[in-house]
Amino acid sequence: MLARVASFAIVGVESRRVWVEADVRPGLPAFTVVGLADTAVREARERVRAALVNSGFEFPLKRITINLAPAYLRKIGPGFDLPLALAVLAASEQLAAGTLTGCAVMGELSLSGTVAPVRGVLATAEGARRHGLARLVVPVARAREAALVPGVSVLGVVSLPHAVAVLRGAEPPADPPPAREPAPGSAGPIPEIDLSDVRGHNALIPALETAAAGGHNLLLHGPPGTGKTMLARRLVTILPPLDPTEALEVTRVHSVAGLHAAGGLVSTRPFRSPHHTISASGLVGGGSPPAPGEATLAHCGVLFLDELSEFSRSSLEAMRQPLEDGRVVIVRGQRVVTFPTRFMLVAATNPCPCGGGGDACRCTAADLARHRRRLSGPLLDRIDLSVPVGRPSAAALHSEAGPSSREVRERVVSARERQAHRLAPVGLTCNAQLPAGLLRDLVAATPEALRTLGALHDREGLSARGHGRVLRVARTVADLAGSDRVETEHVEEAAALRIDHAAMVAAV
Amino acid sequence: MAVAACDDCLRRTDLVASLAGHIEVAWRDAGAPRRLLAQPDDVLLDLDGSRLAARRYARFDAAAARRRIAEAGLEAVCLCAPGYPARVRELEDPPAVLHLGGDRRALDAGEAVALVGARRASPYGLEVAARLGRELSTARVPVVSGMALGVDSAAHAGALEGAGLTIAVLAGGADVPYPASKRRLHAEILRRGAVVSELPPGFRAHRWCFVARNRLIAALATVVVIVEGTARSGSLITAGFAADLGRTVGAVPGQVTSRLAAGTNALLADGAPLIREAADVLDHLPGMGETARAELGRSARVSGLSRELDELLAAIEAGHGTLSELAVAGREPRAVLRGLTELEVRGFVRRGFGGRYVRTA
Repeated sequence: MLARVASFAIVGVESRRVWVEADVRPGLPAFTVVGLADTAVREARERVRAALVNSGFEFPLKRITINLAPAYLRKIGPGFDLPLALAVLAASEQLAAGTLTGCAVMGELSLSGTVAPVRGVLATAEGARRHGLARLVVPVARAREAALVPGVSVLGVVSLPHAVAVLRGAEPPADPPPAREPAPGSAGPIPEIDLSDVRGHNALIPALETAAAGGHNLLLHGPPGTGKTMLARRLVTILPPLDPTEALEVTRVHSVAGLHAAGGLVSTRPFRSPHHTISASGLVGGGSPPAPGEATLAHCGVLFLDELSEFSRSSLEAMRQPLEDGRVVIVRGQRVVTFPTRFMLVAATNPCPCGGGGDACRCTAADLARHRRRLSGPLLDRIDLSVPVGRPSAAALHSEAGPSSREVRERVVSARERQAHRLAPVGLTCNAQLPAGLLRDLVAATPEALRTLGALHDREGLSARGHGRVLRVARTVADLAGSDRVETEHVEEAAALRIDHAAMVAAV
Repeated sequence: MAVAACDDCLRRTDLVASLAGHIEVAWRDAGAPRRLLAQPDDVLLDLDGSRLAARRYARFDAAAARRRIAEAGLEAVCLCAPGYPARVRELEDPPAVLHLGGDRRALDAGEAVALVGARRASPYGLEVAARLGRELSTARVPVVSGMALGVDSAAHAGALEGAGLTIAVLAGGADVPYPASKRRLHAEILRRGAVVSELPPGFRAHRWCFVARNRLIAALATVVVIVEGTARSGSLITAGFAADLGRTVGAVPGQVTSRLAAGTNALLADGAPLIREAADVLDHLPGMGETARAELGRSARVSGLSRELDELLAAIEAGHGTLSELAVAGREPRAVLRGLTELEVRGFVRRGFGGRYVRTA
């Protein structure tokens, strides 16, 4: 007898529908799984056999063939355990085949028959809606996540017998555990860290505010122990709250990566700070099957690269596409996977490898040359703002606390609104995305402001690229100030934070 | 000037360089490199038992030596030439040839001030050295030092922020940055100041060369200021040379409990002038004191700046270069950013590595 049930395979951060077909017929007892199943799926045979028996069902001593269709798609992970078990039950007439119609199933089985949580449930629920599958059976721990998708009735189950009972209509689905995060659309939780924790760097807050308001990538430049990491972490707290679409994207990514244990919607922007020994594939994603890298895990949040010059050349080179396109395409064999990577880059660097800087520096010629080569690499072209972080004076450390994250975030949000309004016709959301070709039309700089830029060009040899960057940042400064035109003072403010290749390389 | 050196003097320099190892040994035995360097060529040749140096001496090719100097981008002047600085002639063992890179005015710079001190200096010593360098340079007084780590480099770096000349006297060839970690400073001094050495291009210094170099520093300066130094510091050797030449030796006071201040405080106890700031040094520059003082005063008042910008500029002149250091005392950070660009556009400050601002010359 033949039965089938829908399930989903995760490819990148998207889901693809997979039919789990079971055929049970008389013959020598055998249990075969065909259809490009990876090791974890083939091992499902043992889990399914034990779970069926231990849950009081009969494991048919017949010839059982499972096919996972479409056959060309590689199926990965333990999420096929539950659909496989249900398909076997239906094919052996222990469960009415009709109960599985219009129903998608996902879940891992333990030998005792309990259902364990799996990754990528949000993507699966979206797939179910896309394919018109009205009901979705998932592990109860992931029910809240699946329920984020409207139009799909989510049935949270705790065990195989419970799943069967729910499908038969004999028992209600289990209630999901209470969410640990607030509902989408609220102002977001008060994070444990706040901008006002940082002492002695009040002078740098406008620079951080500008970076957050325009989505500008940022370089923090200063000796070790001055608070670069502390500042970078707090950048997340002054970015605007995630909008519902972004929140879904972040949740989907984190769910696929298995980072997202709390269930429900992720409502805070991610902050990722990989160590500088990370490989290129760890940073942008890769491996087989392709897994999301740190760049993707930082999607919609902040990716912090401390000790920028210590990252391997190949890792930094690999960052080019994610920064340029906001996504990364990974090709492994016949598989092509796309991961989203729209993050804000915050890089930090010491003045020199030994960290001393200036006259305290004890670096060798080779160290310094390597440091500068790395710094002047491809990443710097995508960074708009450079902020020197000095050692705060003792007096500054004991000064008053600066503004709270909430205060700064409010200004950032209103600046973003101005940008969104202006940039919507060209399909952009923030000033950092402005391409060079649109600068003249969309920045609206006064002639005086342009003259100041010209003076910098003449006197300081500001490059054409540098010119564009200053204009972009000046636009953000004007947005923060609520000005429609970019005035001289906005250009001046932006220029004092510009990143300067020549100065980076030819340091005195 | 190019290479204004006679064959004899070039041969003498080549001899000293080729005998450097032997001089090192003889110096340790006799403890007197000065007297060695004052000896005529044939006495020096006797240091070398193998006579290799004698053969080299006999076959010396002056044209090739001139070419090497030119190829290293240096100039040279010898004892026999009129351009040889009179102050250096006062030494009992003046170098036969002075090699020069950078600004040729260095050898005829009038009254200069030497700032020397400990390599392992304290932050206080570095700060004072940089400030004295900057102030003297602003007053257009040439600043001479040895480009060593610590006080010397801080003095040069400070002087580079002002408009005056800074002169680095090296123990090895003038084209060889030593210490190597200071090659950025070396390049910058070559560009905007001058580098001087008595040894030929490419020469790697022996230990005695540093002592010999110190006598040149003393000779080139009118006033020698010791910024920081232990009781047995090399800076005190420079002070000794300076005293022998009749130069004024000043010292910067330090904490009596600090070992780094033992040498300088001892000098003060012996009656050396106490140096707190550039004005104290200018008192001891008879020829230049008044004009320099006027220069210091003028640069302090830059016309046409608002009070806010003037204060910001003053803070940068005092060595506060980063946003955090400048946005204090009621100055609003965004206003500081605007002020910095305005000062930059008007040419008063320059934006350096990592967004650090310095006063332009």
